[in-house]
Amino acid sequence: MKVPAGSTFLRNTKYEIPLAVIIVIALSLFLSVNVFAQGPAPTDDEVNKVAKKLYCPVCENTPLDVCPTEACRQWREQIREMLSEGKTEDEIIDYFAVTYGERSTGDPRDKLKAYLIPVVAILLGAALLVSALRMWKKPIVTESASPKTEAKQVHQDEYIAKMEEELKKRK
Amino acid sequence: MTETTPARRGVALWIQVVIWAFLVSLLAIVAMGLSRRQQGTVQPGEVIDNFPLTFYSGYEFGGKSEINFEELRGKVVVINFWASWCKPCEQEAADLQEAWLEYEPTGEVIFLGVDYVDTETGARIYLKKFGITYANGPDLATRISQYFRIAGVPETYFVDKDGVLRYVQIGPFSSIDQIRAQIDPLLK
Repeated sequence: MKVPAGSTFLRNTKYEIPLAVIIVIALSLFLSVNVFAQGPAPTDDEVNKVAKKLYCPVCENTPLDVCPTEACRQWREQIREMLSEGKTEDEIIDYFAVTYGERSTGDPRDKLKAYLIPVVAILLGAALLVSALRMWKKPIVTESASPKTEAKQVHQDEYIAKMEEELKKRK
Repeated sequence: MTETTPARRGVALWIQVVIWAFLVSLLAIVAMGLSRRQQGTVQPGEVIDNFPLTFYSGYEFGGKSEINFEELRGKVVVINFWASWCKPCEQEAADLQEAWLEYEPTGEVIFLGVDYVDTETGARIYLKKFGITYANGPDLATRISQYFRIAGVPETYFVDKDGVLRYVQIGPFSSIDQIRAQIDPLLK
């Protein structure tokens, strides 16, 4: 069969509809290929690997991977969607921290602020207290010079002196 | 006559102080957490501070995708916290929308939907399902809900024209009359 050349072929109404159909099919195939190019859908294990690092927004201290609430189911779907878009684990966790707050990640983003500052504050406070206590601390002085004990001491001194004299005489 | 008693030997003083400081800090943190929990929501009579609110596209406020709350001074503002995963929220969704349609023409009342820890996909399905048209946006990083100290969803806050909180509805409204009963006195 001889195919008419160039513009004559396109102007021919007999070929317009089949040509349009071919173009639509070709385009849809091309677009489908683009969708599949993102890779296979993430498995539940892949989703749960990320979900394990996040926490339920409704129940306290319940990791996202084991929480049965509707809110957590939606969040897991969100993770699945982001994984299929090619987002990394860190990117997903960052997104959750920004969107739902650091409480959802169970791990503060600004670790310096969250861990170091309280420790430094406690140590500084302790150092201040130690120095203050040292300044206030005085040696414990026991007063033992009551008149009775003084008299006893004088008596003992005389006795020791007599004993020493006696010993000298015997020598 | 005087005599000095030597200092007792044991754990060094600085170690003791560090331990005590740590324990006191720990107790202070626990006490703060408990008092915050018992404090409840922001109370009627308090002036609501300024906060930014971002909107979902298609649910902007006056064509703006972000506003500051203080821009709404002079209007009665109804702030509704909700989520698409929240079943009780569904009970009041239609009433809120109906009330919005009733007050929107007056230009004196603003309805704001604050979507609490929700996915945008879920939120859009919910908004579409109940035909909600008033401004709605996510509670980014839960800053707004933390400010209002909400205990859950749904919760609705009625703020008067001077920015003073007048009423807090914990849980869903059972009828549109309940909503009207809170807005109408604020319009007088």
